[in-house]
Amino acid sequence: MQRTWRLIRRRAVSSIPVLLIVVVGTFLMMELASGDAVDAYLVSLGGGDAGLAESLRQSYGLDQSAVARLLLYVTSLVQFDLGWSVAFNRPILDVILERLPNTLWLMGSATALAFSLGSLLGIVAGARPGSILDRSLSAGSLALYAVPSFWLGLVLSLVFAVQLRWFPTSGIETIASGKTGLARALDIAWHLVLPVCALGFLYLALFLRMMRAGMAEVWRQDFVLAARAKGLARQRIVLRHVARNALLPLVTVLGLQSATMLGGSVVIESVFAIPGFGRLAQEAVAARDTPLLMGIIVVSAVLVILVNLLVDLAYAWLDPRVGSGEASA
Amino acid sequence: MPSFKMSRRTLLQTGTALAGTTLLPRFAFAQGGAGGRLVVAADSEPRNLNPAMVASNSVFFISSKVIEPLAEASYDGLSPRLAASWEGSEDGSTVTFKLRDGVTWHDGKPFTSADVAFSAMEVWKPLQNIGRSVLANLESVETPDDTTAVFHFSKPMPLQLMRNALPVVTSVLPKHLYEGSDISANPANTNPVGTGPFKFGEYKPGEYYLLTKNDSYWGAGEPKLDQIIFRILPDRAGAAAALEAGEIQLAAFSQVPLAELSRIKDVPGLEVITKGYEDLTYQLIIEINHRNEMLSNLKVRQAIAHAINKAFVVDTVFLGYAEAATGPVPHNSKEFYNPDVPTYAFDVDKANALLDEAGYPKKDSGTRFSLRLLPAPYFSETRGFGQYLRQALAAVGIEIEIVNNDTPAHLTAVYKDHTFDLSVGAAVFRGDPAISTTILVRSGIPDGVFFSNQGGYANEKIDALIDEALVTVDTDKRTKLYDEFQVLVVEDLPLINVAEWSFTSVASDTVENIANNPRWVVSNWADTALKS
Repeated sequence: MQRTWRLIRRRAVSSIPVLLIVVVGTFLMMELASGDAVDAYLVSLGGGDAGLAESLRQSYGLDQSAVARLLLYVTSLVQFDLGWSVAFNRPILDVILERLPNTLWLMGSATALAFSLGSLLGIVAGARPGSILDRSLSAGSLALYAVPSFWLGLVLSLVFAVQLRWFPTSGIETIASGKTGLARALDIAWHLVLPVCALGFLYLALFLRMMRAGMAEVWRQDFVLAARAKGLARQRIVLRHVARNALLPLVTVLGLQSATMLGGSVVIESVFAIPGFGRLAQEAVAARDTPLLMGIIVVSAVLVILVNLLVDLAYAWLDPRVGSGEASA
Repeated sequence: MPSFKMSRRTLLQTGTALAGTTLLPRFAFAQGGAGGRLVVAADSEPRNLNPAMVASNSVFFISSKVIEPLAEASYDGLSPRLAASWEGSEDGSTVTFKLRDGVTWHDGKPFTSADVAFSAMEVWKPLQNIGRSVLANLESVETPDDTTAVFHFSKPMPLQLMRNALPVVTSVLPKHLYEGSDISANPANTNPVGTGPFKFGEYKPGEYYLLTKNDSYWGAGEPKLDQIIFRILPDRAGAAAALEAGEIQLAAFSQVPLAELSRIKDVPGLEVITKGYEDLTYQLIIEINHRNEMLSNLKVRQAIAHAINKAFVVDTVFLGYAEAATGPVPHNSKEFYNPDVPTYAFDVDKANALLDEAGYPKKDSGTRFSLRLLPAPYFSETRGFGQYLRQALAAVGIEIEIVNNDTPAHLTAVYKDHTFDLSVGAAVFRGDPAISTTILVRSGIPDGVFFSNQGGYANEKIDALIDEALVTVDTDKRTKLYDEFQVLVVEDLPLINVAEWSFTSVASDTVENIANNPRWVVSNWADTALKS
């Protein structure tokens, strides 16, 4: 238990500079892009005169210097205030909390799909490295990995939503249906099937390959030879001895992958019209809404840090060797 | 790949099971009989739904069903909405509106001339992007009784301009909700209250806007629909898929890309409609930076005009859904279009000769000089034309360096910093040249005003014409002034008009009374119905 707390504390302290770098970096990049939030807003009006632009800039504080705005942002962030969105004209925290659950559902389910199916197929492939089954699985998963996510999304939608009409083409739930409780949960699940597949299938290859490679490695170890020598059934060797030991690196990749998934969801959310986090980020950039984009990135960074912390904890739990060395260090 | 088959099979089984349960309510709904729910694709989510403040098509698309103007465009003149009739004084100093009697706001309060006076003086004139210029000379609005509003102008106001501006400028707001508040921060901007056929129901960001029937609408037997839902579909392929799957019944503003139309046309139950956008004509223009010495030479501008094959642009960039432009006023403006202007036929030899005459001979490399071209990112057609223009100008020895930006960056570069030589832009003709056309060539406009003359062009003759037309009350005389304006612009080429295009709609054939006025998508849809 003490080991767990130490890990959490260390992570919390080390994440502060990370967050600071992320905030300042994002701010600088948005400053470098020409045009500001007022420009972007005036386009949606079909133009406006200079006086209008000036008064809008004043009301949003955009007439101040970049340094002053950055300082203001960081001070309010320290007080856990994410600020006000220019593009949505609402508190940023509200906008983010509204979108975050959708993305978490999408990402969580896609990760679960990629991890479970990927490692399962990895075990199938790794059970007999070099077999025809192994080769075809590897080739197939790599082909899937090479496909752009939007294309996979469009094809899935074309086949299963437009042609067969088994699933809806887009959206997170049936619009204005008035459904509640379990009916609503089922409705959301039904809407998520295609986007989760589109996102999950892409990352499946990675887990499959890792699992297979790990297993191929373990097969060569002495204890496997010993297990075979003492006459254990092949199935038992595959599952209890080989797969189990090859599973550990996958947990690490799971943590790293959560960040990639956040990026991949931008495209999938647009294709399937899911009001999620990735789409919000895209809208924030198009509207030059710097505070909103920074809010999104800070929350994403926290999310990734949290997931990696959980992975570390799980790792320590799975493998007693991990973290014990740190006690003396 | 046996394992893949396995996963696909399980996927299919769960899919069919779920589809079985969820498809039932959808079919039940489709048989709902008269009224019904119209689901429309929308690709943007305006944060301010107040059309009196923000007179733009993306706002009108949704809010025109809730908040009405004094009059709406129709295929034969104007059709009255909140105003029953209007009349201008001979000297142009006043315009008198007789308002419709017995109209109530969605919250039950009566609509009166006080609402019109308030909207005009507090919103249209000081705050609205278009009203700020069109109503600049509005002095006061007098309300002798509840159904009369008299607009007083400090300089003569042509009734022609007032009439043409009515559909876009005059959305009336409820005074009792806005008075004494900060208008731009009023909660009714995101939850609009109007007199229109539909009430604003609900907005779920990123998902939909819901409008519901206004049972006490003044139009007899209207509205016909029970609900309109604007469903947010940001991906353009998404709108086509949702139409084919029957999840939505209408996609407007060319949300289904041109390239998909030939396929969609053959889908049973779907129609491609090009009508209903005549008063929202977009113009593909080449904006020119006259600060560039070469471009300030008329011969160079003429050469560029001759180098462009407009027919090819219409067929290739717009796939035929456009018309070649002849000047700054589009063909479908019956009132103002002047066909008697100089023309620039596609003629590469002539273009080359003009450039030689201008003193820019071809160098050994085959090029004469090079220019920066900034294609506006608003439409795939503006970007596509940028590619074409590069090839077309290469043929006459002008080398083009294309600079691609996203929208805010493009606007800053062209309209604020002027860091361009040529720009491919899109202008909108809004029924009268004084609304958003003359600003493209008038000199003396401050830096940073979007969609205006920021190319440093100045022509005293054109400026004088523009100013005179702005205060010429006599309709015939005013129209003549604009005839002359068109000739001068085409002669001197402050900008080059290439093509005119309207949007397209794709609709299910169950939707009735589509496109029955020239601003249909941004009108109130009171008579739109669903076949049961």
